[in-house]
Amino acid sequence: MEARARNLYLIPYMLWVVLFVVAPILLVLYYSFFNVEGQFTLDNYAKFFTPVYLRMTLSSFWYAFLITLFSLLVAYPTAYLLTRTKHKTLWLLLIILPSWINLLLKAYAFIGLFGTYGFVNTVLELTGIGNKQILFTDFSFVFVSVYIFIPFMVLPIFNALEKMNPTLVYAARDLGASPWMTFRRVVFPLTLDGVKAGCMAVFIPALSLFMITRLIAGNRVITLGTAIEQHFLVTQDWGMGATIAVFLIIAMALLMLLTGNRKRGLIDIVKR
Amino acid sequence: MSKGKWKLSNLYLIAVFAVLYAPILYLMFYSFNSGGSMREFEGFTLEYYNEVFQDTRLLIIVLNTFIIALLSAAISTIIGVFGAIAIHYIRSNRPKGALLTLNNVLIVSPDVIIGASFLILFTLAGIQLGFTSVLLSHIAFSIPIVVIMVLPKLQEMSGTLIDAARDLGASGWQVLSKVVLPYIKPGIFAGFFMALTYSLDDFAVTFFVTGNGFSTLSVEIYSRARQGVSLSINALSTLIFLFTVVLVIGYYFINKRNNVRPGAKEGSL
Repeated sequence: MEARARNLYLIPYMLWVVLFVVAPILLVLYYSFFNVEGQFTLDNYAKFFTPVYLRMTLSSFWYAFLITLFSLLVAYPTAYLLTRTKHKTLWLLLIILPSWINLLLKAYAFIGLFGTYGFVNTVLELTGIGNKQILFTDFSFVFVSVYIFIPFMVLPIFNALEKMNPTLVYAARDLGASPWMTFRRVVFPLTLDGVKAGCMAVFIPALSLFMITRLIAGNRVITLGTAIEQHFLVTQDWGMGATIAVFLIIAMALLMLLTGNRKRGLIDIVKR
Repeated sequence: MSKGKWKLSNLYLIAVFAVLYAPILYLMFYSFNSGGSMREFEGFTLEYYNEVFQDTRLLIIVLNTFIIALLSAAISTIIGVFGAIAIHYIRSNRPKGALLTLNNVLIVSPDVIIGASFLILFTLAGIQLGFTSVLLSHIAFSIPIVVIMVLPKLQEMSGTLIDAARDLGASGWQVLSKVVLPYIKPGIFAGFFMALTYSLDDFAVTFFVTGNGFSTLSVEIYSRARQGVSLSINALSTLIFLFTVVLVIGYYFINKRNNVRPGAKEGSL
């Protein structure tokens, strides 16, 4: 293709890159140096390193870690068992289907399910455990988040398992490895890329969840995402919000560098 | 595998599916409850469906949501397809890699960051928050998805096809419209479709850039859900669920038709 035509095609795309990819990041960085009155200052960064914000960051990472861990624990066996079923594409599609339904609706459903007179409490009462406060607790927050992220964890692991050569498992078994040994030494290492991709697809959004913290955790859990939303839309302190965003971007970039192998993971992440 | 093990594994899968679908079915079930709450089922009614269809404000919001989704998907597909073609024909590796990295920034960024940074951008650019800002941001976050869906198709295409077209005297435009675009058509459709679902599904970005007067379905559900349970939301979500199922089935068949590499297909779902 001629260079001239190529450059012509590139113009709208480059415009997009400059306006909506580069500019926003630079603007966030720029705004992080200004306080509410619009004066240039490093106060926001100083404020970020006070115990209040550090604790929030830490708890945000802790919750994201928990959510990722539980998603992985549920999703790996699911993906593994899915590869053994007969109509695996259909089953996989059925796993993915809930992820296409608006997140808000699912969160809303859990308000009903977990409510004081909701389904779960009715069951608890019938089994004699008695009514419990489920909504607005850490448990409900982690549970609903895991629920929402499971499909994004299952998908890359499923793909990795499908790619694996099954004869390797037979060979391991022939050589006398126990099922657990086979899993630990053969299957898991070979699907590690899928696990990494899945963890990426869950961990980064989990760091910045905000509507679930509002609807399900009743503002008890404050993540980095909630804080950003709060600063931008409620207190109008854009500078502080931007500062938190800068740290979130840095964390994201570091994570992507650490896990490496982005190319494979990205396609899986596409449908977040 | 022994029989007991088989049962246990099936039980596990059934449990996962049950948990995944319970909330959705729960919502749908209570949308028919005449009792007015999600507690006890008193009797069957279609009252809330009627309510949804009577609510002109809600219907306008639904319409807005679809207009935004269709427009943003169409525009982002056009920009994305040309972007992908341009990226594909960049020969040197470094600028190509840099562009791909930039392309993926918006895909991996958390929605909150995208929303916040776009809010700053629109405010500085003097764009009033509302329809335009929502449309622009939906186009912006859909473009990289289209590029990612189209690029593999371009890589699959043999370069000799274009050489042959050239040898037979095709102009640059003819090569594009008669050879390249038809070949990557499945990728274009998949990209358009993904952009559509992304736009319909988006809450966080829209929430930041929507301003006061304009609202999409997600934002509306959020503000209603914060006020507590209302069964018209249940009725609405049942309708949306059925619509989503239709969309997914449509996407499934589009994908099946151009199912060249199963791995790539599943990854893109």
